[in-house]
Amino acid sequence: MKPARPKAARSEKAAQPPTTPDAEFIWRRKDLLGLDELSCDEILHILDTAESFKEVSTRSIKKVPALRGKVVGLLFFEDSTRTRMSFELAASRLSADTVLFTAKGSSVAKGETTLDTARNIAAMGVDIFVIRHGQSGAPHMLAGKLPTSIVNAGDGSHEHPTQALLDIFTIRQRLGRVQGLKVAIVGDIAHSRVARSNILGLRKLGAEVIVVGPPTLVPNAITAMGCEISHSLDDILGEVDVINMLRIQFERFQANQFPSLREYSRIYGLNAERLKKCRPDVLVMHPGPINRGVEITSQVADGPNSCILQQVTNGLAIRMAVLYLVSQGSE
Amino acid sequence: MKQLLAADNVQKALDELYRAVSGQLPPNMPIAIVGIRTRGEILAKRLVQRLNTDQPDLTVYFGVLDIGFYRDDLSRRRGAPLVRATEIDFDLDETWVLLVDDVMQTGRSVRAALQVLHDFGRPKIIRLAVLIDRGGRELPIAADFVGKHVDVPDDSRVQLKLTETDGQEGVYILKKK
Repeated sequence: MKPARPKAARSEKAAQPPTTPDAEFIWRRKDLLGLDELSCDEILHILDTAESFKEVSTRSIKKVPALRGKVVGLLFFEDSTRTRMSFELAASRLSADTVLFTAKGSSVAKGETTLDTARNIAAMGVDIFVIRHGQSGAPHMLAGKLPTSIVNAGDGSHEHPTQALLDIFTIRQRLGRVQGLKVAIVGDIAHSRVARSNILGLRKLGAEVIVVGPPTLVPNAITAMGCEISHSLDDILGEVDVINMLRIQFERFQANQFPSLREYSRIYGLNAERLKKCRPDVLVMHPGPINRGVEITSQVADGPNSCILQQVTNGLAIRMAVLYLVSQGSE
Repeated sequence: MKQLLAADNVQKALDELYRAVSGQLPPNMPIAIVGIRTRGEILAKRLVQRLNTDQPDLTVYFGVLDIGFYRDDLSRRRGAPLVRATEIDFDLDETWVLLVDDVMQTGRSVRAALQVLHDFGRPKIIRLAVLIDRGGRELPIAADFVGKHVDVPDDSRVQLKLTETDGQEGVYILKKK
């Protein structure tokens, strides 16, 4: 049976996002593929469920039986440390068992396709797959072919929904709201799934987004997602509530997309001097791992405006919420 | 939807529950009244308020349980309503705990609530108070204090409405789908 969630009502809501969630709202999805397909109500439902899981993490017994007897399969076709550990710990706090697959030294090296790998692991009796993959759209492909729940833990340069959810959760926690805020995302926008998911989520919740970086790393077409573009970090410092600094991926140098680390750092790096030009309560974020002295100096990363470690803590609550919700969904 | 009890009879049931509970409070133990969300929370709050008025020297802790993550039907459900945070900001160890729920039927909510309490600590004694006992137990669980027993068919649903959540008071009987 289809739930009553008319499309028209959803687009009206996008124009005027609710600040408080609908208490009667019921989560129905079995997959979390990206923030693109989520409604405002669905995003708020995840954030509010994560609030409850934060409380669980403060107990002496930090475990609930919600996913007892379920198996979460972690399929990491691409390297990751914190996202993987965060999902692993989230699953164990929900009393689920986990199995881990990493591409290195596995059957992928022997030529097995992604779908065959997933099907084989699913045949062992997995209820939820958490997938990190270098190819954009890999989780969507699997969601269409497997009855298992699929959670996207980062696909190519497409989406990284749980990272954006934990960023938005942290913003809401520190600044008390999301709607009406102005958020700058600085760095390699063109290749960043973190940037894409953040733009989608923040726009849906009524925040303004300005993306900042050198022209080679900021495609003009990104404005179609409803954000502004600036090529000068100094120009926008005074007007933003949040600065999310993306990690510079060194492999981009080989593609000649910017001349030198030192130059990038000088023009787009966040340091104490630049922080002084910001609002006193500006929130500094970074999805990690940070390159100290490149996109952000240690003084700023470890200073009072930074919430980098809070982001990591909140990531656990968000992933518990996502695993719990998709386990309850059926469509 | 048929009315089973009007507002004045809800009040009578609550008076009865309060009378029974206040006569059984332990003399030398910390006391906590903990409600199961949503309407158990409101009933628990009302009991605490009356105790505070009648016995101002008595310290009574107040807590709220959300049993959402502890339900035993999670793997059969389709869709997830919002689960809110459990609020127990006092030490449960060696406490006399009164667990409060609105309508008791199968006993499964109470089983889940007991599990939540034990994840927070080790209470000395747990007692159970329900405003309405409608019968139909599926687990070996019984209430220590009952506001009112009602006799209804097994396949019906009994719902309590309270001013704080529903804008009116009463107990209603609904046919199950």
